[in-house]
Amino acid sequence: MQQVLHHPIIERLRGLLFGSRARRGLTFTAALYALLIAIGFVYLQPLLFMFITSIKSPNDLLNPMVQWVPTELYLGNYLKAYRVLDYPNTLVTSVLISMTPSLLQTAVASLVGYGLARYRFWGKPLIFALLLATFIIPPQNTVIPQMLTYRDLGLLGNPLALILPALMGQGFRSAIFVLIFYQSFISLPKVLEESARLDGASDLRIFFTIAVPSALPAYIVSFIFSTVWYWNETFLTAIFLEGGVTTLPMQLSRFTQAYENLYPPGTVNIFDRLNEAVKMSGTFLNILPLLVIYFVLQRWFVESVEMTGITGE
Amino acid sequence: MTGRGSFRPEISLRVREALHGYGFILIWVLGFALFTALPLAQTFHYSVNQVTVTAASINLSFVEWANYTRALFTDPNFVELLVGYTIETLVSVPIVLIFAMIIAMFLNLKFRLKGVFRVIFFLPIVITSGPVIKELTAQGAASAPGIASLPAVVEFLEQLPRALRTPVEYLLTSFILILWFSGVQILIYLSSLQKVDRSIYEAAAIDGASSWEIFWKIILPSLSTATVVNAVYTIVTLSHFSENKVIRYIYDQTYDVQGGIGYASALAFIYFGVMIILLGIVYLFLMQWAKRKA
Repeated sequence: MQQVLHHPIIERLRGLLFGSRARRGLTFTAALYALLIAIGFVYLQPLLFMFITSIKSPNDLLNPMVQWVPTELYLGNYLKAYRVLDYPNTLVTSVLISMTPSLLQTAVASLVGYGLARYRFWGKPLIFALLLATFIIPPQNTVIPQMLTYRDLGLLGNPLALILPALMGQGFRSAIFVLIFYQSFISLPKVLEESARLDGASDLRIFFTIAVPSALPAYIVSFIFSTVWYWNETFLTAIFLEGGVTTLPMQLSRFTQAYENLYPPGTVNIFDRLNEAVKMSGTFLNILPLLVIYFVLQRWFVESVEMTGITGE
Repeated sequence: MTGRGSFRPEISLRVREALHGYGFILIWVLGFALFTALPLAQTFHYSVNQVTVTAASINLSFVEWANYTRALFTDPNFVELLVGYTIETLVSVPIVLIFAMIIAMFLNLKFRLKGVFRVIFFLPIVITSGPVIKELTAQGAASAPGIASLPAVVEFLEQLPRALRTPVEYLLTSFILILWFSGVQILIYLSSLQKVDRSIYEAAAIDGASSWEIFWKIILPSLSTATVVNAVYTIVTLSHFSENKVIRYIYDQTYDVQGGIGYASALAFIYFGVMIILLGIVYLFLMQWAKRKA
């Protein structure tokens, strides 16, 4: 028995199945891929569900036999959702509303991060504590007085209501971006900056000509993440922009109401009533721009940590 | 200009460096005062007042702690919502952490099609927004498919004591939803894993350590800082999420005739307090654990 177990062929088979020091066995590889696919499915399933529901015709929706494979490609839901969302307008608004504060927030966060990383001054731990506080304090603890102030100034519904805080480093999740820049400036060598200083360059000049170009990845990553987070932020935008401009997520959150304005329930036939297929089309149209950005710029998302030189602290 | 130049040499280099440093962070400090500290103080002021807003003005009448006592002892919903929030957070945080850790360790391996899986696993970073999650939950796309409605599971749930039932039920119905909150956490874990020198694993393997031992003795301790960061990040994200029931309630109360701004402010502060306590508990717990590991 012992002899058979240690036969060279059995040994090699065991190596293939269970792996050796040098390489992984088939069992491990199979288990790894099974788990990866299962987890991948968890993430893709809602998207697939959303997409498939959105192309179902009213007949398919009622048919209990049709689950994952619709009988036809029906685009009527998208046409309705497109109209209800007022897509071209809200899309442009969303892009502007999320990119403008992001740009300013990134610029200011880099200034602050650079100041914290390169200069010694009293009270730095306090600044870090306050940064953490701005991250932790729930928005509803600060939003009402801001809203009332904006109301008095006539800024409610104006994009300035989101731009002003971003301009002063208090935008949505600004603290994270300050920390990103702090980390990436601290990991950059100081030599160039010091020699420029000896040559008599001013602090701002050093910042703009040496520090900014060398931290370019941090700028790109911050800008992308900031844009996505602003796009997805609905609590602040709903409060500050209500009655003024309308973004895509805002329009999505009042989809039912908007739909019934366009297609009054009493007057349209049963196939034009609001159903989950139209709602899913609306949801899909809402995340479509994000998906496009994600797949085009995916390298910047998945490698963001390596690119900004964040070390995890 | 000349005046400034004349006494400049007298300022020591150290002070000058500090002044320039303050110059860089000045805009943030001003912003903090204007957009965080001042509104926070004002919200607190509202919370101890009855606030009535008219088109022209805001009227305050001081009511001491009445809003707080009303929220905690009279309001039929708020305390229950808070308890629900606490349970959900305490259930979600370990799941998100463990799940993110597992995925990060997978992505730290070398295998074929890694790029494809990485793109899929980071999808939540882009998609997790209030209205989208709300629509998906409403359509039943967020729960573990069908598990919670299986007869055997329903029976099992009925056997459980009430205190255990709520968390388990929440776990089953929102499992996928919880996983959707782990995008950034995976990134943070991955960056910590990549910092570990690969030669340490090799050395351990040569010394005869099994993968299991390598995980508990080398990988896990090296992830302790990242775990604390991730725990804080997870709690804050879940607590700020715009579809969070407590937040929705506070928002509704703001515009409610019965509630009003004063009452909503008090609710916001109580919620903030609970959140800080949760953060504190999880932080202390993890610090204790990290110390033992080290």
